[in-house]
Amino acid sequence: MLVLSEFLTLGAILFCISVAGIFINRKNVIILLMCIELMLLSVNMNFISFSHFLGDIGGQVFVFFILTVAAAEAAIGLAILVVLFRSRNTINVADLDSMKG
Amino acid sequence: MFENMEKIYLAIVLAPLLGSVIAGLFGKLIGRSGAHWVTIIGVGISSLLSMLAYKHIVFDGGEMFNQTIYTWLSIGSLDINVGFLVDRLSVSMMVVVTFVSWMIHIYTIGYMHDDPGYQRFFSYISLFTFAMLMLVMSNNFMQLFFGWEGVGLVSYLLIGFWYKKESAIFANMKAFLVNRVGDFGFLLGIAGVLLYFGSLDYMEVFAETAAVDGLTMEIFSGHPWSVITVICICLFIGAMGKSAQVPLHVWLPDSMEGPTPISALIHAATMVTAGIFMVSRMSPLFELSEVALSFILVIGSITALFMGLLGLVQNDIKRVIAYSTLSQLGYMTVALGASAYAAAMFHLITHAFFKALLFLAAGSVIIGMHHEQDMRKMGGLYKYMPITWITSLLGSLALIGFPGTSGFYSKDAIIEAVHHSALPGSGFAYFAVVAGVFITALYSFRLFFMTFHGKERIDKHTWEHLHESPKVVTVPLAVLAIPSILLGAFLIGPMLFGGYFEESIFVAAKHDVLAEIGADYHGVWGFTLHAFQAAPVYLALAGVGVAWLFYIKYPAVPAQIAGRFGFLHKLLLEKYYFDSFNQSVFAGGTRKIGSFFWRIGDIRIIDGFFVNGTALSIRWFSGIVRTIQSGYLYDYAFSMIIGLLILLALFVHHLI
Repeated sequence: MLVLSEFLTLGAILFCISVAGIFINRKNVIILLMCIELMLLSVNMNFISFSHFLGDIGGQVFVFFILTVAAAEAAIGLAILVVLFRSRNTINVADLDSMKG
Repeated sequence: MFENMEKIYLAIVLAPLLGSVIAGLFGKLIGRSGAHWVTIIGVGISSLLSMLAYKHIVFDGGEMFNQTIYTWLSIGSLDINVGFLVDRLSVSMMVVVTFVSWMIHIYTIGYMHDDPGYQRFFSYISLFTFAMLMLVMSNNFMQLFFGWEGVGLVSYLLIGFWYKKESAIFANMKAFLVNRVGDFGFLLGIAGVLLYFGSLDYMEVFAETAAVDGLTMEIFSGHPWSVITVICICLFIGAMGKSAQVPLHVWLPDSMEGPTPISALIHAATMVTAGIFMVSRMSPLFELSEVALSFILVIGSITALFMGLLGLVQNDIKRVIAYSTLSQLGYMTVALGASAYAAAMFHLITHAFFKALLFLAAGSVIIGMHHEQDMRKMGGLYKYMPITWITSLLGSLALIGFPGTSGFYSKDAIIEAVHHSALPGSGFAYFAVVAGVFITALYSFRLFFMTFHGKERIDKHTWEHLHESPKVVTVPLAVLAIPSILLGAFLIGPMLFGGYFEESIFVAAKHDVLAEIGADYHGVWGFTLHAFQAAPVYLALAGVGVAWLFYIKYPAVPAQIAGRFGFLHKLLLEKYYFDSFNQSVFAGGTRKIGSFFWRIGDIRIIDGFFVNGTALSIRWFSGIVRTIQSGYLYDYAFSMIIGLLILLALFVHHLI
């Protein structure tokens, strides 16, 4: 029988991978978006496991919302990415430094 | 009609003010003749009412008037009032001031005839009359100071009346600054009076003198100074500025840059005598301090003698008279120092008339000569300007103290008073005033002979237009000539020995030199005859004789003497180096200090450190901070995560 802590550890590992992905990755904006998705998934992981172990279905309802929002966000993010590529001809993160002080 | 004198006194003061305001603000509207009519009527009313007040107080023995008219402001328990004190002293001044002013208003019509600033000029001189009356009629120190500053302001405006002339602007600035020095002392004196007497009202202060006499103050610890002496010397420093006593005299000769009527009214007859009047007014204070009296005596005698000497080398007709004024003011100051206040006032009054006369006569010459003031380009004018010539002669005789003239009585009284004085310094003062008589005669008649007699050195163009001045000029000359000659004989008896000033002047018994002279006084005639047994008359005649020898008979001699005594001549020409000293030490020093503060304080500290320093330090700091802002998303994410971790760690360990 699996216990709660194992699920939570999985969520934490997922979260850490996504965070590491955000700032270790210096090349590709798409990987950045994927990392954000992964971060949301790790949050979902927590929601579901708590929902299951606490016997409260509300947590799973939240997950649906988050998935919806994540889908929408991915669509908008990809659209921005396309526009960015058209104007800058690159999706290399290291080149996107026009906000440099 | 004398039951309500308050209204009359108010009218005396306000009539010139009204005239001034109308002529000044509505000058364009009322035109040139409107401006002179309104001011002449204003001052004329003032003059006639002053004579009425004089009659009321002096001849009819009316009560003296001491009343507060208006409370200007109240600070705590201190009321600053506008009030009048009209007694025999101030009423005499009022008559002199308004009468001379009136004559000069009339004269100005002729002198300023073609000047574009006509209305402005009339406005200023009426304003001057107002301020001078406020000064003279005041019954408290604050109003005295108001009048004092008022006349100073008008003096400044009028010296710089021709404001496009560089030298005039320089002169009015100089006059203003030098007077500031004196005024600062004066203000300290007034502050001292307020501190120790607790009041600014003359009568209240004079009633308290016994309580303050003997008090000491320590400005430098361990050196107790008598309070009365400090107050009196501070007040006298004010008088030194206004009445042009050494070393604050330097502004008066330069003030001749102003139009001649001003030189006559302000810088000879009235304003410069304000200091003399003030000290006479404060006689109950000054009588308590022999140190202050000695100080006054010495300053006065230095002025009387050494300023007279400067008149010998000047060639500008007005400047000679200016130095003569300085010297005569010195005589008055000497009289104050010798406690002969009445003699000082007497000389003040006679001097006001004959000096105004001399100035106006000089002005008449200047009109005739088309604004040429250099005496070396005159000579032989008596043929062309007979009225000016005769009035100048009368004025000069009065100035040198020719027996029988006004100046003779007043000056002889001063010399006698100094002779009887026992204060420290009176020996030197006596020498100075006696030697001064010779000097006075020499420079006066040098001026007279160089201008009116001897070879004609006039250039041809001027000569063609040379003629006697118009009636508006010659009539005031004639009117002023009468008191210049006759007034002395009438006034000497009552004014010096007859208790004319009654209680308005206080003289301590041990200083009362006039009473000592009065014991031997047996009428005008006796006084005149007695003078022939003493040196001054002969010195005066000798002065005239020497002037005649040098400037008529042997005109080459002065140049030879000047060549022989080159050093002395240079010293006199440079006015004892007072001007160069002030210019280099005070003016130059101030500029040096100013430029030091500008370079160090302003450029380095304020601009360099505070203003630019703030900007520079912000630039330096932001130069460091901007490196954090890389523009890369992952850097921001990293710092967000780090921040989050730190916050979480703190939260977990209950640190926040």
